[in-house]
Amino acid sequence: MSRQPLLQVRGLKKHFPLERKLFGGAGKTVHAVDGVDFDVLEGETLGVVGESGCGKSTTARLLMHLIDPTIGTIVFDGAPVENTRLSLRNYRRRVQMVFQDSYSSLNPRLTIEASIAFGPEVHGTPKKEALARTHDLLERVGLEPARFAERYPHELSGGQRQRVNIARALALQPKVIILDEAVSALDKSVEAQVLNLLLDLKEEFGLTYVFISHDLNVVQFVSDRVMVMYLGKIAELGRSETVFGNARHPYSTALLSSMPSIDPDNRTQHVPLAGDPPNPIDPPAGCRFHTRCAHAETVCSLTEPPLAQVEPDHQAACHMGVAGSGHSRAPEARTAAAAE
Amino acid sequence: MAQAVLPPGEIEVEAPVKAQGYWSTVWQRLRRDPVAIGAGTVLLLLFGMAIFAPWVAPADPLQGSMIDRLKPIGTEGYPLGADELGRDMLSRLIWGARFSLLMGVTPVVFAFFIGSTIGIIAGYAGGITNSVIMRTIDVFYAFPSVLLAVALSGALGAGFGNALLSLTVVFVPPIARIAESVTTQLRSRDFVEAARASGAGALTIIRVHVLGNVLGPIFVYATSLISVSMILASGLSFLGLGVRPPAAEWGLMLNTLRTAIYVQPWVAALPGVMIFATSISFNLLSDSLRSAMDIKT
Amino acid sequence: MADPYLRLDQLEVTFTGGRSPVRAVNGVDLTVDSGETVALIGESGSGKSVTLRAILRLNPEKKTRIGGKVTVGGRDVMGLGNKALAQFRGGEVAMIFQEPLLALDPVYTLGDQITEAIRRHEPISKADARKRALSLFERVRIPSPERRLDTYPHEMSGGMRQRAMIALALACNPKVLLADEPTTALDATVQIQILLLLRELQREFGLSIIFVTHDLGAAVEVADRIAVMYAGRIVEEGSARDIIHTPRHPYTIGLLKSRAHGAMTKGRRLDAIAGSPPDLADLPKGCAFAARCTLATDPCRQTQPELIQTETGTRARCLRTDQTLTRPGELVGA
Repeated sequence: MSRQPLLQVRGLKKHFPLERKLFGGAGKTVHAVDGVDFDVLEGETLGVVGESGCGKSTTARLLMHLIDPTIGTIVFDGAPVENTRLSLRNYRRRVQMVFQDSYSSLNPRLTIEASIAFGPEVHGTPKKEALARTHDLLERVGLEPARFAERYPHELSGGQRQRVNIARALALQPKVIILDEAVSALDKSVEAQVLNLLLDLKEEFGLTYVFISHDLNVVQFVSDRVMVMYLGKIAELGRSETVFGNARHPYSTALLSSMPSIDPDNRTQHVPLAGDPPNPIDPPAGCRFHTRCAHAETVCSLTEPPLAQVEPDHQAACHMGVAGSGHSRAPEARTAAAAE
Repeated sequence: MAQAVLPPGEIEVEAPVKAQGYWSTVWQRLRRDPVAIGAGTVLLLLFGMAIFAPWVAPADPLQGSMIDRLKPIGTEGYPLGADELGRDMLSRLIWGARFSLLMGVTPVVFAFFIGSTIGIIAGYAGGITNSVIMRTIDVFYAFPSVLLAVALSGALGAGFGNALLSLTVVFVPPIARIAESVTTQLRSRDFVEAARASGAGALTIIRVHVLGNVLGPIFVYATSLISVSMILASGLSFLGLGVRPPAAEWGLMLNTLRTAIYVQPWVAALPGVMIFATSISFNLLSDSLRSAMDIKT
Repeated sequence: MADPYLRLDQLEVTFTGGRSPVRAVNGVDLTVDSGETVALIGESGSGKSVTLRAILRLNPEKKTRIGGKVTVGGRDVMGLGNKALAQFRGGEVAMIFQEPLLALDPVYTLGDQITEAIRRHEPISKADARKRALSLFERVRIPSPERRLDTYPHEMSGGMRQRAMIALALACNPKVLLADEPTTALDATVQIQILLLLRELQREFGLSIIFVTHDLGAAVEVADRIAVMYAGRIVEEGSARDIIHTPRHPYTIGLLKSRAHGAMTKGRRLDAIAGSPPDLADLPKGCAFAARCTLATDPCRQTQPELIQTETGTRARCLRTDQTLTRPGELVGA
């Protein structure tokens, strides 16, 4: 059985002009997302990890069509998402998003029930029905409607507000929810509560998650597949167990060994990766990671490695995994050819 | 094995809090602020005075008496003295409140609606629309507001209506600019993004999510302009471009009494005192409103 | 045994600015020896940062009531005059913050800020001070330090800024470094660099460090001892090893259990701690954690438990430690 990809992203790019020049002359450009291809399968949780400037949040906004891509397509359920009002309206009913900042993502002047009911009302649900659904959802995310429905966001704790945001995302009965650092701002004990809620809801409503986070522990816990991003590109993409257990991109390896050890007898002894993530304004030529990579060779600074299959369900963009790439650690071209 | 932890998935428990609307909280905070109460009372008295002028005023503000010219404060029959034409100052000040408050408040109200609309559209649309609108608005900034008001009134001709119109034009740009900056800030907030993500159109988002959040700050700013408007209006009348004699208006009264400054300085200063008291009250109230609306989470 | 270098006795901090007083810190006893790193762990509102600020008397004086005693190097900090306090801040105890961009002055170059700080505390020439600034930049491993001394804070990346702030903190050879979530805002690969740098500097300079964090992992990487705070009190304290392997306070146990980590089965729910922390303006009479604790009994709700020495090495503020024994390492999947 092969699952139909619910979302297919092809050649997606987003460049932000840094300064708009009045009279000609191209200003600098931020290559926030610079050509990514990936699928989101129905019913899975796709974890997206990476450091600041890697483009994960821009990817989320592109997926949500909150910003227009510079180029590239998003296909949802077999149909391309077009930049027309009708197409977007339908698309947005099926794809929803939860933001990191639970406070900023709720209108401070609206009661939480009004915030949740807003979406369905926009889509023509009668007010009464929208409110009834809102109360069901509040109940479902663990906030008793009688006590919470008429409160304002500032009267709730961070965890409660994030529950409201989740309820709001669910109000349009979407198939996909994009969680952009949705639990990152919460205290650890509350984070666990919200993660549990997300797991339950996924099962109950048959949801698909795109789970964006910088916290590898959490991503490993929730994700079926993981996508590692670096400077606007996908470094590695594969099943969670394979990426965490057998990372093939040196960046993923470094990222994984950067996780603080929880064992006092076995603390981290060496810095896994030196330097700061470079600026996406002027990404290095060739492999974007070669400036920080311990295994970098000449080929890495010259040609950009493609995102290549390294084993079933596992892709990495590294010359070391591509046969005949010219990297000394690359597999022999012949053996690779024979394997295919 | 420890059993130190509750079954998972329990919600956070806390004592129920009575839900309270934003504006009722603001109102409560305002009520506890002595400065706001003081300024509010003064303004209420002034407005009451203006509205009920025919009943409150002891004498006819236009009826002069040559014998009683420039009577000092406290003269019998003239509790606040008489002006250069022997008219009762108290009555003229009471009647003058009508024109002065009208000239202070009306232009700001009109400018509030026009400026907010322009600013919110520019702020929400962003991009080129924003640049075009805001650069046009900037043109008005090239002129000092007093000069602009005088020039417009002069061009339109003297008179009450034209003075109102020119003052409105003067106040639209600053209000539009504030509206634009508040809206631009708001537009990048996640809840506006979330509203867009739910498929709502621009008008719906402005109506439900933008207005409620931007009108408050714009309103506060606008109330602080009322005092400026009053002073400008008085200035116009002073220059003979606003209300025309013999009507009572504080600015005009200040003008006509200026010749009497050496004879009856206290009487001549009275209209100025009124203008001062009114504008300071509006400013204090606006300050209190600003701090009352600044509710942190 | 020698007296600890830094000592907090029954430290209490109450904020009186709001409508009702907020009891942010309610009797914290803590000792830090010379050359020791202690991590203060807690969630938002646990009082960890307030405790740290109280040591330097950084909380706004007019709106804060401070009780108890802070002793550093044998001196009573609460009794210091203005001049002595200025010398004490930076000279004896220095602090680094979560967001260097807010802590550094945006209008001066980093070199100027560091030389200025040195010259405020010591009578040395500008050139000498700059030399020292340069060697500090080398110490915190800022690449091309000479050039970086002349840059402004906003021209640096997050990791470099944090290093520069550490250099600034160390400028006047303090004995104690207070670190307020210095790695929270950093990327994973940079965070570990800074943690290791702190560990190294601590060894080299013999610093005492109090490291405030909400992240157990970061605490384990740097700390010799860990103190867990909840609602303004230290609820459990012990060596990093004992806290991680054999914690005895239900809150510590809950924190460890609710951690998502790699060794757990996919799709299993996390053992979350139910409920949320108490309102600091209205603290319960008994144990503040009782409302969220499955082991709580009536005595827990009635009396404030004392810190007791447990047989597994930690000291826990709990009446029910007889019920909280776990297999060593069980909670972290060891």
